[in-house]
Amino acid sequence: MSELREQIRETIEREPVIAFVKGTHEQAYCGNSERAMQALRAVGASFAAVDVLPDPAIRQELSALSNWPTIPQVFVGGELIGGADIVQELAASGGLEAKLDEKLGGEWRNGGAEHTIPLGAPANPFRIAPG
Amino acid sequence: MTAPIENLLRQAFPDARELAVLDRTGGGDHFQVTVVSPRFNGLSLVEQHRLVYAALEGPMADGTIHELRITTRGET
Repeated sequence: MSELREQIRETIEREPVIAFVKGTHEQAYCGNSERAMQALRAVGASFAAVDVLPDPAIRQELSALSNWPTIPQVFVGGELIGGADIVQELAASGGLEAKLDEKLGGEWRNGGAEHTIPLGAPANPFRIAPG
Repeated sequence: MTAPIENLLRQAFPDARELAVLDRTGGGDHFQVTVVSPRFNGLSLVEQHRLVYAALEGPMADGTIHELRITTRGET
């Protein structure tokens, strides 16, 4: 497994709710990425975003890992929930909140904690792990 | 040009109860597809959409489909 793919896998497992998008949580450069993030906001879920645009390898490795060909991709508790259509559909039906509750308990109801995290930079073997 | 996409979906879901392809923008590369099929029964939405993506792998890979919106349902 490539180092980048491993980094993506770790990020997906670490973040309770994570959206791989074109752009950032503040500025989407694709209507579908915006739709997916709006659906998460509609139910009050805080989430981390990863911008796939800076490095095409992120999208390649992500799709190889998730078996999902398009962007955006939303994961909850390490599980792929879907792209924009599914997340929007689930937000409208109540299924998204049910899935968040099922996977995360109440942990996700801290709206407003959106942030975008970098990926794809070479790992520094001398980095001190945050305590 | 929705016919080639519809044909691929008909091949993949011959028992579809409902199958529709809409050119969302009129530009011939943004599509909304709807498939209602007993094939989807018992599958998660992620698994359902994966089957649609697989059916349209060719036109997705060669850029014929630039954007795809998917609605799927099993039969109840």
